[in-house]
Amino acid sequence: MKSVMLTASALAMAAMTAGVAQARDNIQISGSSTVLPYATIVAEAFGENFDFATPVVEGGGSGAGRKNMCQGVGENTIDIANSSSRIKQSDIDLCAANGVAEIMEVRFGYDGIVFASDIAGPDFAYTPAQWFNALAKDVVKDGAIVANPNKTWADVDAALPAQDILAFIPGTKHGTREVFDEKVIVQGCEDSGAYEAFVAASTAADDSAKADEAEDKCMALRTDGVSVDIDGDYTETLARIGANKNAIGVFGLSFYQNNSDKLKVATMSGVVPTVEAIASGDYPVSRPLFFYVKKAHFGVIPGLKEYVEFFVSDDMAGPDGPMAAYGLVSDPELAATQAAVAAETPMGPLE
Amino acid sequence: MTEISQQAEPPVKSLFESDLRTRRRNAAETRFRLYGMAAVAMGIFALIFLLVSVLGNGVSSFRQTSIELQVTLDEAVLDKTGSRDPEVMKKVTTIGYGKILDQALADTLAAHDIDVSALTPKQLSGMKSDEAPRRLRDLVLADPSLVGQTITFHALATSRIDGFEKGRVTMESAKLDSNISVEQLEVAQAMKDKGLLSMPFNWGFFTSADASELRPEAAGVGVAMLGSLYMMLIVLVLSLPIGVAASIYLEELAPQNRWTDIIEVNIANLAAVPAIVYGILALALFINFLGLPQSAPMVGGLVLTLMTLPTIIIATRAALKAVPPSIRDAALGVGASRMQTIFHHVLPLAMPGILTGTILGLARALGESAPLLLIGMVAFVKDYPSAPPAGLMEPASALPVQVYQWTQRADPAFVERASGAIIVLLVFLVAMNATAILLRRRFERRW
Repeated sequence: MKSVMLTASALAMAAMTAGVAQARDNIQISGSSTVLPYATIVAEAFGENFDFATPVVEGGGSGAGRKNMCQGVGENTIDIANSSSRIKQSDIDLCAANGVAEIMEVRFGYDGIVFASDIAGPDFAYTPAQWFNALAKDVVKDGAIVANPNKTWADVDAALPAQDILAFIPGTKHGTREVFDEKVIVQGCEDSGAYEAFVAASTAADDSAKADEAEDKCMALRTDGVSVDIDGDYTETLARIGANKNAIGVFGLSFYQNNSDKLKVATMSGVVPTVEAIASGDYPVSRPLFFYVKKAHFGVIPGLKEYVEFFVSDDMAGPDGPMAAYGLVSDPELAATQAAVAAETPMGPLE
Repeated sequence: MTEISQQAEPPVKSLFESDLRTRRRNAAETRFRLYGMAAVAMGIFALIFLLVSVLGNGVSSFRQTSIELQVTLDEAVLDKTGSRDPEVMKKVTTIGYGKILDQALADTLAAHDIDVSALTPKQLSGMKSDEAPRRLRDLVLADPSLVGQTITFHALATSRIDGFEKGRVTMESAKLDSNISVEQLEVAQAMKDKGLLSMPFNWGFFTSADASELRPEAAGVGVAMLGSLYMMLIVLVLSLPIGVAASIYLEELAPQNRWTDIIEVNIANLAAVPAIVYGILALALFINFLGLPQSAPMVGGLVLTLMTLPTIIIATRAALKAVPPSIRDAALGVGASRMQTIFHHVLPLAMPGILTGTILGLARALGESAPLLLIGMVAFVKDYPSAPPAGLMEPASALPVQVYQWTQRADPAFVERASGAIIVLLVFLVAMNATAILLRRRFERRW
């Protein structure tokens, strides 16, 4: 028994020292669950065609990935953070505090956010203003600010079907929620004239404080169970719509394309969400996708530079590549990104 | 008591004639019996429902549709120099092999008089899996002498064709599905009629690694099984000696005082600590402080060791307690030392109980995914880790983690995969629990 214990502890000690000494030969990536599926597609293709190990890709969310990357430089920290929203000043500060000086920002494509309901239900054609009037806590009715009285979509706009309002929207931890708030709710708030009413009603001291307060009021969603935050993945939203046929869910375009036999997609401002409509900018609800690379790991982690170049190459991220096949949208300025990657240009300060 | 004495009971006439109180008591007992039966029935119903849904979804993942193709490995494409040197031939990527397969698919269909005029070249190419070029490339690089020959190659069919064979995809759903068309399914039906499609046992499910969203048909649990195995080895090697040593000290040697009381209470509490808490501890201690790599089975094994230890200590102490004091007294009485008593007499008698507890602890650790979330084990890992000890430091996945990941994928074909992985996990768990029960039945002594 004694010898077993000695062996065990010796093994543990050996393993720990080995971990410090051993060089890592695979790239490690973490971050956005929106980028994750595409990053795995690239990693898979990279692993089978290059002489490097297949990168290990983790999900966990954009914010978590960026924090993880900013934990420091070294082999036990990740090399790349995938992100479905732009890096924040707080992340850059955290990076700087931990010695991660140079970060490369790579924008490789766009993701469309679509509104979809059960395949057997009626067709919907939305505008952001309708979404605002359906989901906001306070809306403007007959010139006065009132608590949202709308029960069905027909209450919001007579052109919409008389179906109870029930929306499954991404929870606040998702990068998708930011886009939803900004491009749909706040946009709808401004379009419907509620923003001006909120500014006019504000009692704040100066104009900028009034604007802030009005924006906060725009983004305040009703809490009577009509708008449901989904903290899980799109699969959960899909399952909830399966159980509740009246509901409208918010999905990524790629997820919808994989499940188009169960879901019916709605138009937004008259535009059907497609890869082409998002690439041309006609479809209003889309967002850029990024990844951030720790420059200090170039030359240390084998294959890192090659992976980044492969990720943004025309074969992968071009309009006919697997990225478009998966349902993400190729960046029209991909050539500029490729040049920046080749030159290893680190990102400047945020505007 | 007062109630009974106050009530004026009618005199009991006969034992065979039950009075009101007896009838009431009997009714209460019958009702209680029914409640119990309902509770058991509910449990059984839940279990049956679970098994039916998992087996119903998952059994089909053990078979996989493939297309039989006659592939001409063209030297002009695959080995321009004619050197047959794998290092040189590596320059041809899977895109090149994909084109060869597309040609082979078109030729094979033409040879069997299957009309493909309704399909665009892209749709025709989309009937085979994206994994097929990789397999062909691996095959050719492993044996360069194949170049120039025409070989029979079983290419995986895409997940939608596979779903069509398994009844998951129908002509109706294909009309609405942007990933497959009715025309493609008609060609698939024609291929099936000509015997080109087959659905053999899916060994790849056990030997391949995870696959990306574009090729669910190629995803397997190989890396996850190996990762789980590595972690279980570490848990066993570390938690058994540490747990047994701690229990022996606490049970046999330690003085009974305030300190040992505190330790005892804490061990009992630790056994109830949620698993995710251990994950946070592991991130802080093993990765940030000790600098161990992310996603490594070593770190996963260490976390699971910490998590399993309280369970093992509690089980071991119970087993030690069950050995009657007379055994110890007899050993000490004939002059054995404390240590001889423990190692020659008490421990062997307690061993079945200890092993049972350890196996149950391992089974719990095997099914645990929460503590692995924070240490980078919930990741897309495509390469097999090498043999231990070096492999313990290389990225790997784990079975429960693989299930969790597959349930989150957009492609519905992964639902089948997830259920298949659950079946594999359940088989392991049942096997481990059965071993524990066997050990207990076979070796346990009752006093």
